[in-house]
Amino acid sequence: MRTRLEAHKIRDEHIRKIEEVSAQSVYRCYQCGKCSAACPATPEMDMLPNQVIRYLQLGLEERVLDANTPWICASCLQCRAVCPKGVDLARIMEAVRMLQLRKGRNRIEIRRFPAEYLQRAPQIALISAYRKFQSLS
Amino acid sequence: MTFAYFPGCTLYTKARSFDASGRRAGEKLGFRLEEMPYWTCCGATFPLAEDYDMALASPTRVLARARKQGKELVTLCAVCHNVLKRTNHVMRTNPDRRAKVTDFIEEPYGGDLEVLHYLEVLRDRVGFEALSGRVEKPLQGLRVAPFYGCLLLRPAAEMQMDDPDNPSIFEEFLRALGAEPVDYPMKSECCGAFQVVHSDAMATRCSREIIASARARGAEMLVTACPLCQFNLEDRQGEMRKSDPMFQGLPVLYFTQLLGVALGEPVDSMDASRHHTDPRPVLRAHGLA
Repeated sequence: MRTRLEAHKIRDEHIRKIEEVSAQSVYRCYQCGKCSAACPATPEMDMLPNQVIRYLQLGLEERVLDANTPWICASCLQCRAVCPKGVDLARIMEAVRMLQLRKGRNRIEIRRFPAEYLQRAPQIALISAYRKFQSLS
Repeated sequence: MTFAYFPGCTLYTKARSFDASGRRAGEKLGFRLEEMPYWTCCGATFPLAEDYDMALASPTRVLARARKQGKELVTLCAVCHNVLKRTNHVMRTNPDRRAKVTDFIEEPYGGDLEVLHYLEVLRDRVGFEALSGRVEKPLQGLRVAPFYGCLLLRPAAEMQMDDPDNPSIFEEFLRALGAEPVDYPMKSECCGAFQVVHSDAMATRCSREIIASARARGAEMLVTACPLCQFNLEDRQGEMRKSDPMFQGLPVLYFTQLLGVALGEPVDSMDASRHHTDPRPVLRAHGLA
C-alpha cells in the first residue's frame, strides 16, 4: 500500500485532539513493538497496536479509523504494563473510539441484540459494551 | 469487623452465588459485609478518556456515600473494584476533576475512603494463617488454577494489590484452604472482557487459550474474582466444544465458592447447578462433595 506523508498533517488538529483526550503523547513511542508482543487480541486485529501509534505519529489518522484495532482492544492494559516509555496505549485506543462515538458513529446497537442474548449476558458485559461501543445519543 | 459493602449490578443478578458465598464466608470468618443502603452502578468500565468526567459521576457517588458509612469499602467484583479504586485515585490526585465531579453530583468527597477487595480483607485483616486455622474441610490435593485476569492487578501503580508480574495473593489464599495452586503462564491475561458482546471470536479464543494453559499444567478447576471472566471462561465452553471436539473444559468457580467449601458449607449452597461445567464431580473425586 502506498503511503503519502504530508507535513501539514503531522501533529494536526486531529492528532492533537487524540492526544488531548487520551492525555498521552504519541511521539513518546519509539516503535519497539512490545505492546504488540504483549497484546492478547492481535489475532483478531487487522493492524498491530504499535502500528496504530505509528500512523498517528505520521498524521495518518484515516488509516487508524479504517482499522478494527481500536475496537478489538479490551483495555486489559498489558500494553501499558510493558511499555518502556510509559505510554498508555489503551488510553489512545479509547480516545480514537470516543472521538468516533461522539460523532454518533456507533460500533454496535445493543437494543438490536436478540432478547435471548440480552437475557443470558451478564449486566457487566452489556454495560461495559455500552460504554465502549455506543454513544449516548 | 464490619465493612461497608458494594455488591454491584452483576452480583445482584447473574452472579448471585458470588455475592451469597462471599457474605456467608465473611460471617464464618468474623467479618460482616454491610451492604450500602443506597448504591448505583459503578459504570462497569473506568473511563480512559481524560475529558470524560461524566463517567466518574456514578463511581464517585458510590465512594461519597460509602464514606458516610465508614472509612473502608469492600467489593467482591474485580471490575467494580477496579473502577472504584481508579476513580478514588483521580479524586485523590486531581483536585480539578474532583471539584468538577463532586459539584455535579452535589455530594462532597475528599478521596479519603479505602477501597478494598475481599481478597485483601482475607490477606490483610483476617490473615491467611488465621484463615488456614478456620478451614474445616481442607481442599487436599485439589489442583486449582487462580485466574487474576486484567483488572485486579492493572494498572499496578493504582491498584497496589500485588506484584503485577508475579502476583501471589490468589496462590496464598488457595494454599490457606489446603488446595494446590497451579502456576500457569496465562493467569493474568485477558479473557476478552466486554469484547464478548462485540467480537465473540476474540473473547472465545482468549478464554480457550487460558483454559488450555491451565489444563496443560494439570489444573482441575479455575477460580476467578470477576463475573465477566466467569462468564467468558465458562459460558463460552459450549462454543469451544462445538468448534473443537477435542476441547476439554474446566469448571470455573468464584473464589468465595471454594472458600465456602473449605469452611464446611454444603456444596449445594454454592448453587453449582447454575454452572455450565459442573464442579461437583471434581469436588466429589477429592471427597469434598
